Amino acid sequence: MSVVVRTIARILAPVILVFGGYVILHGHLTPGGGFQGGAVAASAVALVLVAFGAPAVKRLKAPFSVLEDLGGVAFVVLGFLGLGFTFFANSLAGMGSLFGTPVPPGPNPGYLNTAGTLPLMNWAVGLKVIGGLGTVLVLFGLVGRDDDR
Amino acid sequence: MNLAAHAPILAIAVPLLGGFALPLWGKIHPSLRNLWLALVASLTAALTGFVAVQVLTTGVQVYTLGASSPGETLSPGGFPIRIVLTVDALSAFMGAIATLLAVVAFTYAWRYLEEEEGKTLALTLGTLLWAGMLGMAFTGDLFNLFVFFEVTSIAACGLIGYRTWTSRGPEAAFKTMVMYTVGGLFVLLAIALLYGEYGALNLAYLARLIQGTTVDRIALGLLLGGFLMKVGAVPLHMWAPDAYGEAPAQAVILLVANTQTSLYALFRILFTLYGGVADPAIGWLVVGLGMLTLVVAALMAVVQMDLGRLVAFGAVSQIGYMLLGVGVGLTVISSQPAFGLVAIQGGIFHMLNDAVAIGLLFLAVGAVEKATGNRDLGNLGGLGHDLGWTTGFFLVGSLALAGIPPLNGFASKLMIYESSFALSPILAALAILASILLLAVFVRAFQGAFLGPRLASPKPVPTAMLVAMGVLALGVLALGLFPELVVRHLVEPAAKALWEGREAYLRAVLGG
Repeated sequence: MSVVVRTIARILAPVILVFGGYVILHGHLTPGGGFQGGAVAASAVALVLVAFGAPAVKRLKAPFSVLEDLGGVAFVVLGFLGLGFTFFANSLAGMGSLFGTPVPPGPNPGYLNTAGTLPLMNWAVGLKVIGGLGTVLVLFGLVGRDDDR
Repeated sequence: MNLAAHAPILAIAVPLLGGFALPLWGKIHPSLRNLWLALVASLTAALTGFVAVQVLTTGVQVYTLGASSPGETLSPGGFPIRIVLTVDALSAFMGAIATLLAVVAFTYAWRYLEEEEGKTLALTLGTLLWAGMLGMAFTGDLFNLFVFFEVTSIAACGLIGYRTWTSRGPEAAFKTMVMYTVGGLFVLLAIALLYGEYGALNLAYLARLIQGTTVDRIALGLLLGGFLMKVGAVPLHMWAPDAYGEAPAQAVILLVANTQTSLYALFRILFTLYGGVADPAIGWLVVGLGMLTLVVAALMAVVQMDLGRLVAFGAVSQIGYMLLGVGVGLTVISSQPAFGLVAIQGGIFHMLNDAVAIGLLFLAVGAVEKATGNRDLGNLGGLGHDLGWTTGFFLVGSLALAGIPPLNGFASKLMIYESSFALSPILAALAILASILLLAVFVRAFQGAFLGPRLASPKPVPTAMLVAMGVLALGVLALGLFPELVVRHLVEPAAKALWEGREAYLRAVLGG
């Protein structure tokens, strides 16, 4: 691709990644969540693939597939965390630890450190979506003809 | 923490976790992966067995996800808002079939799949398919049923397309994916209609509310269509021979289990969800589809020259017998409950018998393909000289499928013949005719592939594959020799769960 596209991609790709991370992190407060944020972050991979060609993303294939497996494992493990009550019970909410601040009743500006296992599950799903979509994109890059890249 | 109460969800969660973690172990070393799979499989099998024993001894088990205790199915307003697992005798029966076939499949795959083909991925998808099947069997929530339906669809399509280096594997996978997805959309639309009408997704709660309005009937039609697509009943069977023919053998028996899980879901919809507004006309529709399936598939099997596709059409025709048995039951159950129960028992018992017999046949075909690299009946011959065990297993499987006493197919087919004869003699006559056709088909296949002069020198079949086939062959013999025992302790509770046990199923979730 031309130098304009490559320069813009170099600037935008990190911004897209950060925005994806924001959508995942604020999944329990604002519209979005693990899947949406993961898809946004994976679009940064698509941008890099289009701007710089397959060689730039080829070596990401193995990390992406590990990321996908880890996301899946993390999600089920978070389900197991609730087994003190039932599977998937939110055992961290309001407990004071990670994401454990109790939410006062009434309107609030959105406290990030709340909702217990939900943000963690958003991250698990987010990692899985980044890994999964990333792998698909890298594979698209690898199967194309050389002059397409 | 009371682990016994958590068994239903653990039976789904353990293979799910196992499946996701499998590729990570595989990246370290294949033997670690095998060890992990053995651990996960034995744990899941133990959990499924435990759930089945619990259900048979103490009645319907419920489990509420995310609640403060497993039994808390209702929110304070008396409305089931959370996802509920409801395991009755039929769910446990279906879970047991899926688990039996999955364990056999993994034993077989140990030496059947080659490491460089991507064995880790096949094992991962197999484990996820198993988790999905257990989820479909155990769930008490209509939308959750759809989710697990999709989980099994995606895992199954991945397995069908496993042989990416052939052109027919991916083609079969694509065809199957189209059918499964359209079926899934039918189911989703039906769920949307029911949710729009009643504002609930819980099966038991919906079953209480359902009125039999026009919208309900449309939803029933969509659900029937969606699940029949996945069951592979004629005229929606076009994916089945391709999928069964092209998938690796260990995946095929998982597909057989998956087909039966969809059949289970269909019965659950027809009896539990729509049991309150049961209509004999729907029963006749199921009977008609069953007849069509068993006759057409048996006729199609006659002309097949590929051993895999031949057995595949045999598998499709067996679905017809199950639909026939349960359809007869649905037709008469509201007027003659005792007669209906026997008919349903025949259909349900045939699910188990078919799983064991057709599973054995598919594994034997896989062994032949592994040993000779060939499945074409025109090029095979005289395999009996070298592959003694496989020959015996194929013979046992084909005779059982054709319904020859004392093998297991006879026991359940007799029940189906008797009950369909009482409804209409023509049904029984056609069903017997299809059985005779199947016998002819399998005798021809057996003669062509295993008898006669030696045509090639096949490689020996690995012991793990023989053990897997041996387990199913023992199952065929045991079910055929002691059908009374199995019917009394497993099949009868499962069949009763559909009609007499309906109220118990609803009460377990809704109380009162």
